Amino acid sequence: MSDAQSDAKSRIEQLVKSNDIVLFMKGTPLFPQCGFSSRAVAILNHLGADYETVDVLQDPEIRADIKEYSDWPTIPQLYIKGAFVGGSDIMMEMFESGELQQLVATEA
Amino acid sequence: MPMAAGDIERLIKASIPDAEVTIRDLAGDGDHYAARVVSRSFEGLSRIRQHQAVYAALGGRVGEELHALQLETAVPNTETTSE
Repeated sequence: MSDAQSDAKSRIEQLVKSNDIVLFMKGTPLFPQCGFSSRAVAILNHLGADYETVDVLQDPEIRADIKEYSDWPTIPQLYIKGAFVGGSDIMMEMFESGELQQLVATEA
Repeated sequence: MPMAAGDIERLIKASIPDAEVTIRDLAGDGDHYAARVVSRSFEGLSRIRQHQAVYAALGGRVGEELHALQLETAVPNTETTSE
């Protein structure tokens, strides 16, 4: 309803669509502010993925709206080629099964 | 506000009755849990949908009063989550 809200949603859409791999996280890759975000970054780094990050702690509107955007209650959230992949638990499962390597490799 | 492990299990089972729920208190502070949820109802669902079913069972508490829930879902008799 409010302009601010729709603005955050459209910014999320823009970020997800304009980056092949984007991670919404707490903190930055060098200084993650949460264990789950830290784990997500470690997985992507291990895969040698080329990814963008968005620090939701610096952007309360995105932090609130990303949860509605994906119908997912927690941060981090990984998007590849515009599609929501999951949070850090799913990333870890997909890493262990080799699926995430494949998904990331197709972006290289 | 911390949640008791028993409450988490009760809420999950209330909406996924056949669920086998295993909960570990990771930090001993009632605030950081790992849950493994095994249910026949997950069959054919993507990992995202399986996790969303558990989050829905917890009724908006995840990320709020239940700060950290490490989640693993599976269908009975499989090692990993089915896609």
